[in-house]
Amino acid sequence: MKAKSKEKIIKQKFSLQLMWKQRYLLMMSVPFVIWLIVFKYVPLWGWTMAFQEVKPKTFAQPVWERKFVGFDNFIKAFSDRLFGQTMINTIGLSILGIALGTIMAILFALMLNEICFNRFKKVTQTISYLPHFVSWVVIASIAKMALNDGGMIDTLFGRNLNLMSTNSPLFWVVVCLINIWKEMGWDAIVYLSAMAGIDQGLYEAAKVDGATRLQRIWHITLPGIKPTVVVLLIMSIGSALNVGMERQMLLSNAIVQDHAMVLSWFAYVRGIGTSNYGLGTAIGMFQSLVGILLLFLANKIAGWLGESKLI
Amino acid sequence: MAKVKNSYHKIKSRDNILDYILLIVFLFIILLTVYPFLNVLAISFNDPIDTMRNINFIIPRKFTVSNYVYVFEKNHLITPLLLSVARTLIGTLAGVICTAMLAYVLSRKDFYFNKLFTVLFVITMYVSGGLVPEYLLIMRTLKLGNNFLVYIIPGLIWVYNIILIRSFIDGLPIALQEAARVDGANDFTIWWKIVLPLCKPVLATVALFVAVGQWNSFMDTYLYAKDLPTLQYVLYEIMEKAQMKIDPHSAAQQTKNTISPLSVRMAITIIATVPILIVYPFLQKYFVGGMTVGAVKD
Repeated sequence: MKAKSKEKIIKQKFSLQLMWKQRYLLMMSVPFVIWLIVFKYVPLWGWTMAFQEVKPKTFAQPVWERKFVGFDNFIKAFSDRLFGQTMINTIGLSILGIALGTIMAILFALMLNEICFNRFKKVTQTISYLPHFVSWVVIASIAKMALNDGGMIDTLFGRNLNLMSTNSPLFWVVVCLINIWKEMGWDAIVYLSAMAGIDQGLYEAAKVDGATRLQRIWHITLPGIKPTVVVLLIMSIGSALNVGMERQMLLSNAIVQDHAMVLSWFAYVRGIGTSNYGLGTAIGMFQSLVGILLLFLANKIAGWLGESKLI
Repeated sequence: MAKVKNSYHKIKSRDNILDYILLIVFLFIILLTVYPFLNVLAISFNDPIDTMRNINFIIPRKFTVSNYVYVFEKNHLITPLLLSVARTLIGTLAGVICTAMLAYVLSRKDFYFNKLFTVLFVITMYVSGGLVPEYLLIMRTLKLGNNFLVYIIPGLIWVYNIILIRSFIDGLPIALQEAARVDGANDFTIWWKIVLPLCKPVLATVALFVAVGQWNSFMDTYLYAKDLPTLQYVLYEIMEKAQMKIDPHSAAQQTKNTISPLSVRMAITIIATVPILIVYPFLQKYFVGGMTVGAVKD
């Protein structure tokens, strides 16, 4: 009976009668589909600009009247004097961020899972994800107060550490640590809920067999959350090039600029800062496509290693 | 469930040196998280000249509200504050209603375009046109620059929130909807009268996600509407100004006016954070609930 009704639903034929019957559903969804097409699919169509020379003056022209330049914009982007350093920054920040961020979040989740003082555990957890809800502008304001020359940290250590004024990859580390400070508690939630799903009988059995607490963590808890870790890693590798422009822009300053520039920001600077729309679009398109490629690659590798795949 | 957990803790608490180590680590984490906020709060309420002596403190040494008075008098903070509040209220209300409406339609398996529309929305989670085409669409094609609507319309619906609400609706008993239909209610009435009231918990979660996003949003002002500065944008501008080396003359003048840029900045930082702090303790359970629902359903 149930299967039959399901069959009927799938085999619906298009008819005006059906449309009239579902007119309310149509009215409740079509405006949003139009919104979606305008705000999400029209920009995708904008990718055509990557193969054209588009400047403020020629933007108003229809697509076919603009000058097609093939892959010129991509070549221009890759040979840009900023491109090499930008790529290094983006990849460096991503690898550091993913590695440190994941390790810290898992460690924190493990500690939360282990501690017995329940009330205290709750308080710690609640406080730990407070910074997640605070805006990057506020975080940057606090971070600059704390880390700038002569700021809170310098005063604390009694000497100038130049945390925000060294033009070197040290800036990546500083950014990653700020990011961990902001997101560690929040990221731990997923791991914690994965840990809650582990069969408690395993722990009892291990206890009977005389396993120590660290052995139980190593042989039960960590393997238990491995699928979650793998899925989250695949997703973060997929967005490895999408290092947010907002964070970088807010935390950087003129001195560390060289090591703060990332792809999305680069697209903004070239595309809108200097009004070369075609070039900016090409950089954004490169970022998007490599992202999708990385996602599939990470997924494949996870498959080869015998891990659960995302797709 | 609770019983199982208790027994697990009994197993763990035998070798309890580790627990006290963890206790200390956690105290350290709490300190590390809370101290910067308390420090900012203290600076914002401290006498600006006194602040220059040493900025590491969490209790104001010379209490004053002059920084806040200054901020509201000299920095014209009223308009940005109103704009921030307006975009948060309007954006959240519009966003939640629209997302809930769409989520209901997409939860209806008998809807002819269900599959098609769902796929159209989900694709946009993975592929986006990128910053430059979006910028051109909003500024050049639609001419929404410096228009309040730019805060509401482009970010009206988040696909993630549709999934959240839809999976909640999927968990509701279908019999209620069918009973209403037998009574002659149309689809809109069913959504408004039956489904929406049942969805309150998930709507609270989504409303908070959207509200926090709206309040914290900075990039859209930066890109599209510098003439409609929100609180976050004003804070950014002050930060940028502080970054430029202040020449000695103006610094001297600033001292004369007994206001230091740092104190002003910290006062605005607090104003930009307080709404989050007020909402936070009461409603954080909704956030976490939503987060894990999303993680499981994905």
